[in-house]
Amino acid sequence: MWDLAVHSLEIARLRGAKYADARVMHLRQRDLTTKNGQVGTLAQSESIGLGIRVLVNGAWGFASTDRLTREGVAVCAAHAVSIGKASALAKRHDVTMVAEKAFVDSWQSPFLKDPFEIPLESQLALLLAADAEMRRIKGVTLTETDMQFRKIDSWFASSIGSRIHQRKVISGCGIVATAFQGDEIQKRSYPNSFGGQHALAGYELIESLNLLQHAPAIAEEAATLHSAAQCPQKTGTLILGGSQLGLQIHESVGHPIELDRVLGEEANFAGTSFLTLEKLDHLRYGSDIVNVVADARIEHGPGLGSFAYDDEGVPAQCTDIIKDGQFRGYLSNRETAKRIGLQRSSGTMRTESWNRLPIIRMTNVSLLPGPWDYEHLIADTDDGIFMETNKSWSIDDRRYQFQFSTEIGWEIKGGKKVRMLKNPSYGGITTEFWNSCDAICSAKEWALWGTPNCGKGQPMQTMGTGHGASPARFRNIQIGGAFSGQ
Amino acid sequence: MSTARKSGGAVAVRARSPQAALSGERRLHGIINDVLRLAKSAGAEEAEVHVEEVLDDLTRFANNAIHQNVSEHGITVSVRTVAEGRTARVTTNRIDENSLRAAIDSSLSLAASQPKDEQLLALPGKQRYRSVRRFIKQTAAVTPEDRARAVRSACDLAIKHGQVAAGIFATGQSQSAMGNSRGLLATYRETHAEFSITMQEAPAASWAKANAGDVRDFDSRQLAARASEKAHLAVDAKELPPGKYTVILEPSAALDLVGFLFYDFAATAVADKRSCLNGRIGKPLFDKNITIVDDAYHPLQLGAPFDGEGIPRQRVPLVDRGVPKNLVYSRKAAKIARKTPTGHGFMLPNEYGEAPMNLVLSGGDSSLEQMIASTDRGLLVTRIWYIREVEPYEKIMTGMTRDGLFLVEKGKITSAVRNFRFNQSLLEALRNVEMLGPAVRASGEEAFEMVVPAMKVRDFNFTEVTKF
Repeated sequence: MWDLAVHSLEIARLRGAKYADARVMHLRQRDLTTKNGQVGTLAQSESIGLGIRVLVNGAWGFASTDRLTREGVAVCAAHAVSIGKASALAKRHDVTMVAEKAFVDSWQSPFLKDPFEIPLESQLALLLAADAEMRRIKGVTLTETDMQFRKIDSWFASSIGSRIHQRKVISGCGIVATAFQGDEIQKRSYPNSFGGQHALAGYELIESLNLLQHAPAIAEEAATLHSAAQCPQKTGTLILGGSQLGLQIHESVGHPIELDRVLGEEANFAGTSFLTLEKLDHLRYGSDIVNVVADARIEHGPGLGSFAYDDEGVPAQCTDIIKDGQFRGYLSNRETAKRIGLQRSSGTMRTESWNRLPIIRMTNVSLLPGPWDYEHLIADTDDGIFMETNKSWSIDDRRYQFQFSTEIGWEIKGGKKVRMLKNPSYGGITTEFWNSCDAICSAKEWALWGTPNCGKGQPMQTMGTGHGASPARFRNIQIGGAFSGQ
Repeated sequence: MSTARKSGGAVAVRARSPQAALSGERRLHGIINDVLRLAKSAGAEEAEVHVEEVLDDLTRFANNAIHQNVSEHGITVSVRTVAEGRTARVTTNRIDENSLRAAIDSSLSLAASQPKDEQLLALPGKQRYRSVRRFIKQTAAVTPEDRARAVRSACDLAIKHGQVAAGIFATGQSQSAMGNSRGLLATYRETHAEFSITMQEAPAASWAKANAGDVRDFDSRQLAARASEKAHLAVDAKELPPGKYTVILEPSAALDLVGFLFYDFAATAVADKRSCLNGRIGKPLFDKNITIVDDAYHPLQLGAPFDGEGIPRQRVPLVDRGVPKNLVYSRKAAKIARKTPTGHGFMLPNEYGEAPMNLVLSGGDSSLEQMIASTDRGLLVTRIWYIREVEPYEKIMTGMTRDGLFLVEKGKITSAVRNFRFNQSLLEALRNVEMLGPAVRASGEEAFEMVVPAMKVRDFNFTEVTKF
């Protein structure tokens, strides 16, 4: 692979490129699903190819090919250069980047059990058993389970001399029970909705989830939601479970700190950001207890945003985003870091595959744990609503106004969960929301949630991101607005 | 969408370099034959092969300059084997004989690892397809320089007006071929082009977008001019209280809302009790002015005339004057329901069954101007964004307006308005449609392209206002 990558760099140089980086990537994936006790999807895929990014005449070009021969990658590199020259026809200034060292390294994400080595029969048997456990519950009308495994090898070479091989193994799994009754559809998912939990881990992740124990419990909740009270519309105290808070972080912190958004590069599609440059080090993003980091290092945990180097050859880093409530940092790459006067990229360039250009993406954007014990947090809440497991999410294109709904809620009165609520939702303005945070649970409750389906870029790229969170409490929140006026 | 003449438009087309072309159909057929031969020798009772080739280019601009410019070329081969009532799929982009043999072996191994599927159908035999011509050589011939010049023109317009442009100009070509061991053979190729632009005039922005098989069907200069004009109008937005308003949804906004209905018309979704049409087929559900068909052969549609199983796509009337009449069926769903397959199945194996992918919502004869003129007080909506389903049976959708929300008073646009969040039942919205424009090929960001009209809808429910 190195020979092909290096050959493409050489062709780019001969054609006039001042800088180039190439990625050969080999992606393997297995997808298993069941529905109502039957196997649904049973598929495996692999994709291998080379993508090369070149800087020529002060502008970028990128081309990709699956023809992995010396001739094939040479044609691809030449095409990238011609595209870069076309880009220069509509440039306003020459692209410049902050300096970065060359690295020669090889890294593999840690895992205990290679999921591709686990017999498929046992993987399917577990899903079918969980499916059966959910179908035992009266009132459940649809049961679904899924597992997904990925193994990604990338060989990164750049014209400054970097040669970096990385292998990532990713596992994910989830189960869902749906109940249709009267004029309403309710559902419950475990351990999270929209595909479950995903991590940079092997099959040990699946075994740790204990699906068979949780399957009947969530199925029972899905059926019971039909007789639960409707979530009230009010302004009040909200406690979010960890996975929902993870998505809240993703949407209202992770996206607005992307420096390409801030600088207008995503204005036509994903949008811009309210975090304009003058707000850095000046905006009170949250209350004093809110501390958020973007940490791609494996020490942070086996998140979907963990790696050793980004796809621009920059080492993984931990960046303070919110420190004691103050806005402190962006997600950057070598080009945007230069544009705002930073000394170094924060190392967040990531690509979905060999045929996509690396762009700024979240790594693991996590809320650091606080001191609260979960039971004490509930006991300390006189009147509030606990919401968990995301059902819908939406936020405006500058990341101010958001609305989330969750699968289930619980009314808290006098320090106790007293009854189940259906159709819970909440909304607000990003900075007002984070400034209302008055309690965060401890590391004992903290988990690194995987979001496998973050879409960004044109052509669209799907990326996995990580979000560490423990349950937290927020005051004076608009609750129940999704059903107002219905 | 603009009405640029075929000889006009912003792109002067030049010859493309010879290496940037799709493979010949014979090569794809050769791959199919190789895979079927190898599958038979590997012990597969039946086999099905899909070959897809894409050649896509996309020029992206922001801050009045090109900042990303990409090209992609690739072929994938997807093989499904069947043995002893079991099936599985393996997809690869390695097309040498050893790799294809390995993919077939993996498929057989995956298939053997599962319980026997008593409902698994034999592969379909040879089919007859309607001819569609959707490969436009002028689109295929667009070069990076052509796109750069069009982008430069749009950016120059922005600079002239003190604005900032961002967007994409994409062109591409693709082909697919499928065959199976019972003699089915289907092929399709198309071109596609898209121009999308956001013009920013602080603190406002507006947007325009078009998508077509023929690059000459839109004019990037007209789209840029429209976005520029509306961005200027959107400056000085005033805040209105949330509440129920009459809205005039431009086609892109109507598409991104209505597009969320498509899977509800799947027979499998109804059987799974997750469709909003459960218990509602044959009963009035929408206003009488709502008629929806799925029609892959409509002149404004793109897409192959066959589905993931190789069954010819049928034109299916889904909603007739407000009444849901029919669903679409894969072969399996059709057998269960004792219906005829409609040619809407996904590639097997899958748990979702089928879906209509070529929706056409019949239009009316009201122009956007007439809708505005007839409105005493309402809102003109350019674009809606980040739409998600809050409640699946009443189809309550939430989302934001974006890039140009305007107040209409006494038949005229009087000011720009800060963006709202809506929480609106889609079913109710389609009961409240007062006027329809001509149906056009609309392009948004949430739904795939369909043929829909602009709509005037009363009592649209806005629940929150944002800060811009």
